[in-house]
Amino acid sequence: MSNKEEKWFRFGKGLSQKRVRGLTIASFILPLLIWSAISYLPVWKPEVQIVEAGDTIYFEEGDRVDRETFQLENENLTTEGDLPMLGKRVNPVYFPAPHEVAGALYSAFVTEPRREGDPWFHESVAHSVRVVFWGFIISSIIGVPLGIMCGVFSFFSKLIEPFVEFFRYFPAPVFGALAVAILGINDAPKVAIIFIGTFFQQVLVIANTTRTVDFSLVEAAQTLGAKPGCLLFRVVIPAVLPKLYMDMRILLGWAWTYLIVAEVVGTSTGISWFINQQAKYRMFDNVYAAILVLGFIGLGTDMILGAIGRELFAWEEGKRSFFSRMFNKNKPVAVEA
Amino acid sequence: MMDIPNKLNLPSYKEQSAEVKERLDFIKRQPVVLEIDNLVKEFPTEEGVRRILDQVSFKVHRREFLSIIGPSGCGKSTLIRMLACLEDITDGLILLDTYPVGEPGADRGMVFQKYTLFPWLTVKKNVMFGLEVANKSKFDAEREALQWLDIVGLEPYADLFPAQLSGGMQQRVAIARALANKPKVLLMDEPFGALDAQTRAKMQAYLLQIREKIDITIIFITHDLDEAVYLSDRVLVLEANPGRVQEIVEVPVERPRSPEQFLSPEFLTTKIHLEELIHPSAEESKDDFKVVKMVATEEV
Repeated sequence: MSNKEEKWFRFGKGLSQKRVRGLTIASFILPLLIWSAISYLPVWKPEVQIVEAGDTIYFEEGDRVDRETFQLENENLTTEGDLPMLGKRVNPVYFPAPHEVAGALYSAFVTEPRREGDPWFHESVAHSVRVVFWGFIISSIIGVPLGIMCGVFSFFSKLIEPFVEFFRYFPAPVFGALAVAILGINDAPKVAIIFIGTFFQQVLVIANTTRTVDFSLVEAAQTLGAKPGCLLFRVVIPAVLPKLYMDMRILLGWAWTYLIVAEVVGTSTGISWFINQQAKYRMFDNVYAAILVLGFIGLGTDMILGAIGRELFAWEEGKRSFFSRMFNKNKPVAVEA
Repeated sequence: MMDIPNKLNLPSYKEQSAEVKERLDFIKRQPVVLEIDNLVKEFPTEEGVRRILDQVSFKVHRREFLSIIGPSGCGKSTLIRMLACLEDITDGLILLDTYPVGEPGADRGMVFQKYTLFPWLTVKKNVMFGLEVANKSKFDAEREALQWLDIVGLEPYADLFPAQLSGGMQQRVAIARALANKPKVLLMDEPFGALDAQTRAKMQAYLLQIREKIDITIIFITHDLDEAVYLSDRVLVLEANPGRVQEIVEVPVERPRSPEQFLSPEFLTTKIHLEELIHPSAEESKDDFKVVKMVATEEV
């Protein structure tokens, strides 16, 4: 970097590595700061939690009341010569502070379920992951080959895509009742909802991505003697793979968003069951913890898949993958102009 | 440029030295590799059928280097793509070694203007592609690929990926990849069109060298007249709307070729003749600006 002051805002220009890293951290720190400010500073806190009930007969220690009600009641108590209540200003119960949610992130995993036979939190999480996994896998096993065939051959594109285009406008949740009627109340209808939510988008997205393959690569292969099967498996598929992989990451994100809908179909299970259960107990710190866990799983999976993708498709940037560096003795020579 | 013939006393492009005459006669005695007979290409458009190529006929002999030039839109690219069977034939025949061609194949290797190396394969694996498609053993394919890379001078780069190579190097690999299949004819569709002037000059030299080393017939599309004259035995001029063979010019420049020949009288006279064929109006026009403009557009 030059000794000149680097500008923060420049049209269409990137920032230095250091700044990019800083901003990435800040994008998480900022919401956390706002959350902390609202939690720990007296900026909002519309309620009062009663510390000592005094002589009131209406409230007990630990109750949360409006500030107005609290003041009114205290005025009444003082005019009648009774002992007024003592209270502290708090946020509503549905707005727990960061430290409470952080604590819940741990305690939710180690707290025994309230009713015997109910799943532990980690079991609920595993259940959710399983449903998404199977829905996505089944969708992909059919959707990816179909999408590629639609992208390569007009025949399949014209035969399949119009209907798929129509079908994808049905919101997946409307099939909830049908799925239960057909597949029962266990996990099958949930997997089906994820499938319906993913599959139709998947076919179209993969077909479009396949169509972006540089056709001159196919032509070049033809003039090298490649026949249709070879063109498909040795040219089109390798060429489309990096973008297809990217699509799959985005589609997996969509599958996640259908999870909550899928989980309330039939019998409620998984993370959404846990969230509903905790909300009923008014354990909102646990609710937030569960939501965060969903986010962590989603972001974590995507980051891992991203790293694997960079390794698999290192050739896109003209880099050798870690494994080929490990196992190939021939060191690449420096590139001359 | 159009004033040169008046100032210099240039010979006719039809005057050939003994070397040139002998070489061209030798080529003519060689078997015909590719015979194009009354080739027609029509495209349906909104205003009706448009004829791109009309009754194009010519023959290419073994070991010949034939360039095809013409004003833009004359269908030269369509023509070479038809030879590779990447475009359908409306009418006419393409005979390769006397057999009509029907679908793309390794016997007509092609080098494109666009970089078409498979980016997921290393340089060596790119060259091996055609050999493996032809069911050669991996061992043989690898050995041959390295030999071909050696011929284009890129053997040390065998394990790099295309994205790590410069444009010129990529095109050399593409040439090696096409040649590895031992095609009967090598089709080159403006292969150096995307390269800068310096790299292009180097590539021309490489191509001449490669041609000296191996027995190969080349059809070469270009819009660069210098390139056409410098590389070719004969230059086929297509006229536009519809594309027809205007003239096939025998290049009176001796081989081996070298860059000094760019200023030789026979080179200049050939180039001027080609220029006149492609831009007949340029000579008649008294408007110098127009001439300059037309030459400029041609160079782009």
